[in-house]
Amino acid sequence: MRPGFVEVALLVLKKDLAIEFKSREIVYTTLFFAVACVMIFSFAFVMEEGVPVQGAAAGILWIAVAFSGTLALGRTFERERYGETLRALLLAPASRPAIYAGKLLGMILLMAATEVILTPMVAFFFHAPFFARPLLLAALLGLGTIGFASVGTLFAAMLVRTRTRDVLLPILLYPVTIPVIIAGVRGTAALLQSPPEEPVATLWIGLLTAFDVVFVTLALWTFEPLMTE
Amino acid sequence: MKKLFVPLVVVVAAMFVAAPIAIAEADYESTMLLVQKIFYFHFATWMAMTVAIAVCGIASVIYLFKGSKISDWCAVASAELVVVFGVFGLFSGSLWGRKAWGVWWQWDARVTMATMLVLIFLGYLMVRKYGGPGSEKLAAAMGIFGAATSPFVYKSVDWWRTIHPQTTVMRTLGEKWPGAWLLVLFCSAAFVLLTVLLLTARVRLEAMRSRLDEMYLALED
Amino acid sequence: MLATVFFALQQQIPEGFSPVTGVPVTEQIPAAPLVIASYAFFLLLMVFYLWTKWRRIGKVETEMRALERRQAEKR
Repeated sequence: MRPGFVEVALLVLKKDLAIEFKSREIVYTTLFFAVACVMIFSFAFVMEEGVPVQGAAAGILWIAVAFSGTLALGRTFERERYGETLRALLLAPASRPAIYAGKLLGMILLMAATEVILTPMVAFFFHAPFFARPLLLAALLGLGTIGFASVGTLFAAMLVRTRTRDVLLPILLYPVTIPVIIAGVRGTAALLQSPPEEPVATLWIGLLTAFDVVFVTLALWTFEPLMTE
Repeated sequence: MKKLFVPLVVVVAAMFVAAPIAIAEADYESTMLLVQKIFYFHFATWMAMTVAIAVCGIASVIYLFKGSKISDWCAVASAELVVVFGVFGLFSGSLWGRKAWGVWWQWDARVTMATMLVLIFLGYLMVRKYGGPGSEKLAAAMGIFGAATSPFVYKSVDWWRTIHPQTTVMRTLGEKWPGAWLLVLFCSAAFVLLTVLLLTARVRLEAMRSRLDEMYLALED
Repeated sequence: MLATVFFALQQQIPEGFSPVTGVPVTEQIPAAPLVIASYAFFLLLMVFYLWTKWRRIGKVETEMRALERRQAEKR
């Protein structure tokens, strides 16, 4: 009997988590890369007296998330390509969108793990009151991650057989995810004001939700024809 | 279809000769005066770009799900035009902004989103060029996502107030200043017809290249 | 005088365009090169685009003729 959508997605997720758990390679390297990003930005944006530039924190957080996310995407699908597991997955009698959903969930979890470490770190180094409204911040980060990961997973998967995949992924991914990044940064920046501008942040959360719905739907719809030769 | 091509060339050429003359004769705008005249082509080029984006999006969907070659040719032709008209839109906007806003560039909502669209379709062209075999499908994905984000570009100016003119400008122009309204429509029509013309010619070029490939293959047998 | 106009324009968000006849001489001069550059760039862009396509067509046609010749020779 054909497994259902949710079953397949969770199976794919479990597989990825199991593989990752053994070596933890991607999690550690992604995390370290994100930390390195933040450090470089710290040096770039700190003024003479050692005080960080006002308002840089929101942007830095999201850039670190985007860059490390791209790296993680590349590494995850490189691993798939090396083991030829993607082709095996696609040969299985499972619905293709479900496979995509499984990979997307894995990606979201990975990026979320990075953000859990990154956000307090950026808050610490840049004296930024990120946790004044933790729920709104979590919503922004969560929805932004979903938007970024949804397009990223699709593009990284479709580029798996391309020779120039490493350089093409950022070229394709960043322009499409500009609205997500902008919404994330503006929403986060609104939360960093004193007092935090909640209606502004809520507006951006609404926009992010709209993007997520559009992007995930498009990705689910186009995954199958893109992956078949 | 082919018979319409030459008359269309004549019509479009005539429109593009008439347009600068009409623009030069038009009244000055009360606050921006001469520099506002950039607006006529600036707005028209965004119309052309929107048409091209729509064509690329639809053609990409058809190509991805049906695999028809013509839709692929339409997609690549329109993607090129998106970049051409988009670049002109950004350039003319920058020149206008230099006078009206005092700066060559502003990261306001619409400028940012328009730049994003040009980048997306440049990415489309890059994938086709450097993606190796099968890159037409990958590019189609870019075309679809690019087309999906473009409604947000239009609405972006309504949602957050920036220094870019609001959409109310165009909606009220008909009553406030019918002369400019007609001229903008005329220029937009000229640009859209030009898009149709260039698309047709470019698709024909792709058809020729495809035939050439077939001839190469036939020769090898 | 021009500077104050600049400042005002920077803060102003145009709600609509409205016409005025006649030209204040002081305003005209700095804007003209911008307007001309804009339309000139359009022309250049079109010429460049059409020229690249024209060259492409030429190349494809030459290759086609060469192939047709080879096909005729084969028979």
